[in-house]
Amino acid sequence: MNPKRKQRLILVLFLVFGFASVVGLVLFALQENINLFYNPTQIAEGEAPEGARIRAGGMVVEGSIKRDDSSLLVNFELTDFNASIPVEYTGILPDLFREGQGIVAMGSVDASGVFQADEVLAKHDENYMPPEVQDALEKSGKTADGKDALPYSEKHTY
Amino acid sequence: MWTFFHKLGSPKWFYDISGKWLPWFAVISALLLVLGSIWGLAFAPADYQQGNSFRIIYIHVPSAILAQSCFMMMAIAGATGLIWKMKLADMFVKAAAPVGASFTFMALLTGAVWGKPTWGTWWVWDARLTSMLILLFLYFGIMALQSAIEDAATAAKASAVLALVGMVNIPIIKYSVEWWNTLHQPATFTLTEKPAMPAEMWIPLLVMVIGFYCFFTTVILLRTRNEILVRERRTNWVKKLVTKRGAL
Repeated sequence: MNPKRKQRLILVLFLVFGFASVVGLVLFALQENINLFYNPTQIAEGEAPEGARIRAGGMVVEGSIKRDDSSLLVNFELTDFNASIPVEYTGILPDLFREGQGIVAMGSVDASGVFQADEVLAKHDENYMPPEVQDALEKSGKTADGKDALPYSEKHTY
Repeated sequence: MWTFFHKLGSPKWFYDISGKWLPWFAVISALLLVLGSIWGLAFAPADYQQGNSFRIIYIHVPSAILAQSCFMMMAIAGATGLIWKMKLADMFVKAAAPVGASFTFMALLTGAVWGKPTWGTWWVWDARLTSMLILLFLYFGIMALQSAIEDAATAAKASAVLALVGMVNIPIIKYSVEWWNTLHQPATFTLTEKPAMPAEMWIPLLVMVIGFYCFFTTVILLRTRNEILVRERRTNWVKKLVTKRGAL
């Protein structure tokens, strides 16, 4: 390689790595702000700003969904298997909303510690399977990895 | 290896050889895309949670893969153009930018269409979606530079620098779902683990991905060849080629 090309190569490498480290440091500094949601542990420990509009992400606790008969009011518990918070929401829920499903709710924590959500989004995980496989798995009491099914999958992805 | 690299320095050689490759890529991509679409849309089983709406994966995932690999190729070509002053590399960057932008737009659009019924929203400012939107703007930036700067060499230099700098966004897109809490799910396919999807679902997806790559190659070859003819229009071989075809 002639010296001129070498010089240009070094310049290009310097540009790429220099810029990469700048962006890397910025992202590292903004780590907390880039996260889409807080998990219930963070909210329970007071890491999330109180009263401000935040997003909470976690799993809907099995058997915790209570629907109001006369309105669209729904109550459920949100958990990350470490802490759980009560959530209240009025509105239409997405198709994938169900017990044991990962969701992200937007809203704020009120004085009594209830998360008042005004938007609920369902979070999909990276697993796909045909319905027949799901039925067969349920019958045999195993998860998709061939492990014994737990009340909630240990490998949760919310 | 090096002889191939040196030959790439000659636009005429590339014009001749790509003319021979072109029909193959065109035919194979048409076959694979038809096969993959029919297989994925009609024969692959529905998902246990999402039902049929998951089938948009057969367009969404290949578009997203192509959007990112196109940008990587442009960055590599940009570096080659900067270091070795290779004209063909400059032409590739110019030809690829609108194609990559289209794939990025398609990935964002199909993602939004899928997100509405599945997540309950068209758009959310999470790390994956936002970094993908930045990729689209990077493509727009390169296209804008190309059309704003009239001198081809200067335009190539500017776009190569933007492509190299924008390269930093690619690992961010890839790992955004692991580094941060996002609404977008993590990758279903990894090199180290078996896919979190049965074979009857991922084989048509693989067919579509290969089909998209062949389609991309076809379009890029066509556009690069066009660019070669425009830039080399004053050379003898282009004049001869045009008159032989009866254009003059």
